[in-house]
Amino acid sequence: MDRSYAVEIIYRGIFQKTLAKHISRGLVLAAAKEGKTGISFGRYGDSPERNGIPAKNFAIIAPDEVTLEESMAQYEPKQVDVTVVVDDTLCKGVESWAWYGLQPVNRLLGPGGKLVVTSMLGFDDLLKMIHAKDVPYELAIVRGIPSFSGLWVFKDDHTDVRILGTIARLVPEMLSLAAIEAAIRDEWKDELKVTSARKAYSRVETTVVPPGVGNPEQPYAFTLPGWREMPEGIAIRNIPMGGAITDPVTGQVGGYRAAVNPYFKKFTTRTMRPVIDFEKCIKCTLCWLQCPDSCFDVTPDGLYDVRMESCCGCGVCEAVCPIEHCITMVNESAFTDNRSQWEMWKADREGYRAWVAEKISARPERAHGFRLRGLYQEQIKALAAVGLAPGGEEKVGREDTTEASAGGA
Amino acid sequence: MATVQEPTVALGDKEELISGSEAIAVACKLADVDVITAYPIRPYDTVMQYVAKLVANGEMDCEYIVAESEHSQFEIVKHASAVGARVFVGSSGVGWMYAFEALTVTPALRIPMVAMVGNRALDDPGAFGVEHNDALAVRDLGWMLVWVDTAQEALDTALLAWRIAEDRRVFLPCAIGCDGAFLTHSQALVRIPAAERVREFLPPYNRGDLRLHPDNPITVAPQANEDWVMEIRKQNDAAMRRAPQVIREAYADFERIFGRRYGNPFFEEYETEDAEVVLLGMGTLSMPVKVAIRKMRKEGRKVGFVRLRWFRPFPTEALAACLGRFAAVGVIDRDYSFGSPYYSGVVANEVRTALYAAPQRPPVVGFICGLGGREVTVPNVREMTDYLYRAAGGERLVDTYWIGLRE
Ligand code: SF4
Ligand code: SF4
Repeated sequence: MDRSYAVEIIYRGIFQKTLAKHISRGLVLAAAKEGKTGISFGRYGDSPERNGIPAKNFAIIAPDEVTLEESMAQYEPKQVDVTVVVDDTLCKGVESWAWYGLQPVNRLLGPGGKLVVTSMLGFDDLLKMIHAKDVPYELAIVRGIPSFSGLWVFKDDHTDVRILGTIARLVPEMLSLAAIEAAIRDEWKDELKVTSARKAYSRVETTVVPPGVGNPEQPYAFTLPGWREMPEGIAIRNIPMGGAITDPVTGQVGGYRAAVNPYFKKFTTRTMRPVIDFEKCIKCTLCWLQCPDSCFDVTPDGLYDVRMESCCGCGVCEAVCPIEHCITMVNESAFTDNRSQWEMWKADREGYRAWVAEKISARPERAHGFRLRGLYQEQIKALAAVGLAPGGEEKVGREDTTEASAGGA
Repeated sequence: MATVQEPTVALGDKEELISGSEAIAVACKLADVDVITAYPIRPYDTVMQYVAKLVANGEMDCEYIVAESEHSQFEIVKHASAVGARVFVGSSGVGWMYAFEALTVTPALRIPMVAMVGNRALDDPGAFGVEHNDALAVRDLGWMLVWVDTAQEALDTALLAWRIAEDRRVFLPCAIGCDGAFLTHSQALVRIPAAERVREFLPPYNRGDLRLHPDNPITVAPQANEDWVMEIRKQNDAAMRRAPQVIREAYADFERIFGRRYGNPFFEEYETEDAEVVLLGMGTLSMPVKVAIRKMRKEGRKVGFVRLRWFRPFPTEALAACLGRFAAVGVIDRDYSFGSPYYSGVVANEVRTALYAAPQRPPVVGFICGLGGREVTVPNVREMTDYLYRAAGGERLVDTYWIGLRE
């Protein structure tokens, strides 16, 4: 090892804070086992870590102090060797708390870099979300539901060590499995976690993603103004209020759609999104009233349509809607765009009905919603029971079905 | 050349991967601090969180008081110190400003207090990044001020700060400037000294005749009208004038006991021996500056760096003697003093003042860079060096340049 290596860990603020820290710490501790050095830090601007906000941790591993300093003479790495994504819905891109503009999740990867995603999805489904890149990179999947080893509760599902084991396999010149194992023993004093790391090492699934493959969408960018261009006094000019909406089918004009400042998008905080069955809606206005982000547009026919570019996926609308399955939160990875559901429904009611049924049935709810407490434990048991190995070639042992080890199976 | 020279003998240290804030918290534990107050503000809150953890885990025994504001936080430790408790406190940015009234009265009461300032921009607009204006605001109040560069230096300097502040010759509060994010939030491998060694280095705090206690009946801070003020100020001044000697002794003892050598306590010199021009700055600036210097030296440009640690007391003569050796001096300020002489940063003005009476007065160019946590890049450092060579060549330059500003 004659140069430094950089690893970026993209995670959801609060939900996965502890998990991300474990991973970046684990890397540096393992480096120290091999006589190398390193530093582990979080992207500071993300630190308020509101629920679900995409946030980043970094680990820099170097053979010696001087090489480490070379890498640290910048705010954060401009290119990384490995990007870890601990929630697959982040593959749609990130808008960090203190950033503007959507950044592809593979943005910092250099040619041949490794993108490690925790997911139950396959390569194709992930690549529908991950933006296409102009250099090839390697995509690796660590099988498992996104872990929520967060700030509030740390459920040790071994995702941390499974990712460490995976990294040892993908970038052996940075860290050996032996170093990772030694660091795990030292830091967590848990032989089962060592086993989990080793299993992940042997099981990782990878594919090389050629240039141009992936989500073709152009991520939007934000231009930072110079000091002469900026309005004085930290003033932001207001934008037009918005106005009536035109029904794309009947031409009827009415309702109201608030205008939205294009720079304040934040839908990448979302792990689930509401799916609305307009035929069940009784027009009670509760969703419109309660949405904390004022996402609902009033349509000319008096319905409520979510503006998906603003929805943060909090689930409040589902919780307040009095009609069962009129609003249903569905895993974000089931969607490839932010189209208006109301326009889809208007254009093809039959097709829309089938679409809603498919979205609701095929996509299980996520574990960290505010409404459904305890679901995570249920999911962990279910996942352990089916075994996480492809093809189920390995039986899950008794101790592996406990909450603590499901992710490591 | 490393910041800190490695000890030549193993001294029972253990190595841990901790952040700069955590290093200060560990120092609190090692110093066996009696009273700590907390009120959250980033980036300082990482210290209180870690101290809370140490207390909760039974690793540390202290009064941990969550105050209802920064103002109360500093008042609480002020009184605790008056009765003889070793104290720790801290804040950041506008939180530190909220405590300002308490900060102003502490030196006059000759209260040794160690505070960490997790340096942060003064809002608006809700910026969390490093800027030194928060800590520098107490520049003229009688506080000692020291800036650190690494997590290791943060731990060591905290131990030194108690030792210096609690010396009867000094008895002044001391604030440790820790750059937000770069230092407070990055985890590095830090050597943690054994508790016995710390006990050897740091004697118990003895407030002696000034201890507010029933056994020592005194009144502290009665109403002092106009007749008293100048004398009180002069006493503070005398204490501050005694501080440099105490600082020197403390660092010498530190080296003897822990084996880590800081050399000149007041400022660090990097590649200055044969340097033609030098840059000067405080805190974590040194990382990009040193890397840039290594690159520029390969190209034959003899650039050095002086990292100022102690800002109060200011090492006037020593610094002037050092800087007099070079053809030009560039001062990088991570702060700004609006409307000040030459429209400069605070440090540049202090450096110019220090040089005024010196026999050798190189031209001083001020650079405002990295405000609000903006990255100070290697190209930024090159740009500053270019200006320095022009100044060294006799060109009359603008007094202050803003580097890395979006025009
Ligand atoms: S999930 Fe519902 S309530 Fe929450 S932001 Fe989206 S539309 Fe609004
Ligand atoms: S809460 Fe449900 S029923 Fe009420 S308006 Fe909204 S979608 Fe319709």
